[in-house]
Amino acid sequence: MILARVAGNIVATRKDPRLEGFKLLIVKPVTPEGNPESNYLIAVDSVGAGPNDLVLVVSGSSARMAEGCKDKPVDASIVGIVDLVHLEK
Amino acid sequence: MYLGRVMGSIVATVKDRNLHAQKLMIVQPLNPQLIPTGKQLICTDAVGVGAGEIIYYCRGKESSFPFLPAEVPTDTTIVGVVDEVRAEC
Repeated sequence: MILARVAGNIVATRKDPRLEGFKLLIVKPVTPEGNPESNYLIAVDSVGAGPNDLVLVVSGSSARMAEGCKDKPVDASIVGIVDLVHLEK
Repeated sequence: MYLGRVMGSIVATVKDRNLHAQKLMIVQPLNPQLIPTGKQLICTDAVGVGAGEIIYYCRGKESSFPFLPAEVPTDTTIVGVVDEVRAEC
């Protein structure tokens, strides 16, 4: 899993019917220190994340194990909203 | 599977139902010489590790297998603590 910050959302009217009703968010991966990385990805949201939230993103076939994503064409899911990052010195 | 060092942990209250009570650790991937390589990840923990320990983790859908029959949405899981590394090249 990776840490990412919600950077926006996307709207798609024409899409795979199995994706209907899903919230799609643009997320930007960040390091545990909070520094943004250069790439973006689109993730399905199953926990109710909002703009600027620090979230946990699961990728690959495991993304389909998030709630409601079984057998859906999804490869990135938001599975948690992060409250605290604890880094040992 | 890959080598890594546990750097810390994260706390997330709002998360996928199947991630409930899972420990989420920050892991820095290492090469066999134990030099950090690549981006830090968030891993679920199947063995009970602490910060500073050298561990190995697996990636992909297999990461959820240690938690069966629960379907934990994770793509990286710590599956062992390393006692010793003997790298000959």
